[in-house]
Amino acid sequence: MADGSPLLRVEHLRKVYASGRGEVEAIGDLSFTMDPGELLCIVGPSGCGKTTLLKCLAGLLRPTSGLVEMEGSPVTGPSPAMAVVFQEYGRSLYPWLTVRGNVELPLRHKKLSRAERARAVADALDAVGLPQSARSHPWQLSGGMQQRVAIARAIAYQPDVLIMDEPFAAVDAQTRADLEDLVRELHLTRGISTVFVTHDIDESVYLGQRVLVLSNAPTRVQEDLVIDLPRERDQLTTRALPRFTELRTRVYEQIQRAKRGPIAAPRPAP
Amino acid sequence: MTALGAGRARPRDLGVRVAENVLFAVGLPVLAVGLWAVWSTRSTNRFLVGPRALLDAFRQTWIGPAFVDDVLPSLYRLLIGLFASVLLGVAAGVVIGRLRPLREILEPLLEFFRAIPPPVLIPVAMLLLGITDTMKVVVIVSGAIWPILLNTIEGVRATDSVMMETAHSFRISRWDRLWLLILPAASPRIMTGVRQALSVALILMVISEMFASSAGLGYRIAYFQRNYLIAEMWSGILLLGLIGVFLAVAFGVVERRVLRWYHGMKEVNRG
Repeated sequence: MADGSPLLRVEHLRKVYASGRGEVEAIGDLSFTMDPGELLCIVGPSGCGKTTLLKCLAGLLRPTSGLVEMEGSPVTGPSPAMAVVFQEYGRSLYPWLTVRGNVELPLRHKKLSRAERARAVADALDAVGLPQSARSHPWQLSGGMQQRVAIARAIAYQPDVLIMDEPFAAVDAQTRADLEDLVRELHLTRGISTVFVTHDIDESVYLGQRVLVLSNAPTRVQEDLVIDLPRERDQLTTRALPRFTELRTRVYEQIQRAKRGPIAAPRPAP
Repeated sequence: MTALGAGRARPRDLGVRVAENVLFAVGLPVLAVGLWAVWSTRSTNRFLVGPRALLDAFRQTWIGPAFVDDVLPSLYRLLIGLFASVLLGVAAGVVIGRLRPLREILEPLLEFFRAIPPPVLIPVAMLLLGITDTMKVVVIVSGAIWPILLNTIEGVRATDSVMMETAHSFRISRWDRLWLLILPAASPRIMTGVRQALSVALILMVISEMFASSAGLGYRIAYFQRNYLIAEMWSGILLLGLIGVFLAVAFGVVERRVLRWYHGMKEVNRG
């Protein structure tokens, strides 16, 4: 990675689902790269295949064609280099395990000593601001806290890339702002490379160093936008910056264009 | 619940409430036994007995060697049968629940087997296995396994897809997935199945002993009945009822432990 090669490379990714009424093309032709340490937001109109893309990145789905490469080697299945935070925290955390049990779960097959494991769990819970909740069960916590547990579980796994699938779509606005700041903070202090999928334009601009706007299905990259906002961001001042407004307008326009229909780009040869 | 309520109540209220609860719990049974006692002094029906006669018969019949000769073997077979049913039912249920083709092939067949009343298998089992403990345990299992098996299949099949995906994405091993995801996720259904299996097993324990046996509760009750030892017969029925209640209570204790998360979660969601 020191040679400046990308961490994640997606090339001509295409995913077609076979359904009862023929084939549905979820992703048309998608190519992009991501550098180590980057916080990349992916936005797109709803139903544009964001979740499909994310599952292909995480190795949970096999692409129909094309390539997903992680640190130079193709992704063929779930990899220890990636951790996923799902949108539905209530269905992603196991209610029969405590918070500690949930965070510890993916560490069980890593070759760690008991003490190392305990330290990793404590450190992750500290990082998300829940050091006191280790012995609670997830359902005893609020939605926002549950999603923090899911984030703790992902960072305790020590992945090279953190993949987040609309993680804050199900929490209220204030909790959401707090969680956004948590993601920024984790990115700044720990340098975790993050792919953040969202349908929220403001969220993508506020969080990202780069925003990838996807087109309608069959999905392509509509625009690859560098977010040149300062590194240190906060909910009030950053969102009040003229540049923030410009960027969000730009993303908004692109999404509106994407919704209107496919751009006149040459279709790739199959 | 009660603990929470009691914690908030003032001492005097607490006393009143405890008394109320006790009254509600034992009030009707005490009343029923009282009426029964009054009625029995007037009755001339020799097939029905009063509470005193029943208690005397109970003490004389079951407290003593009969406990070792008849009750313990019955209970032993009942417990072995139950454990075997849980073990086989859950193991087969996990396999069938996880493998969709297998499930689709087996489901009609399982429904058929389940529909067969297990007592009709007793003559068959006697021919194949002889009049042995094994035969009786097999009869118990042949009835008690179905609710456990079918509930386990259903519970395993319904394992949440996001939870499964989470396990896949974190590369959780098959073994951990079984013990930390599939079985706990299915545990509320499994426990429902076990609860149903308890009463089925008790029924089959008795019936399996009534057919051909020289010891056991079912055998004793049938023996008393044929010899017109009416009070003794009733005392056996009373003992069966007590065993049933004891099983239900013991199961309740286990269930509360195993499903603590489930009941807690339900309460939170309701509140």
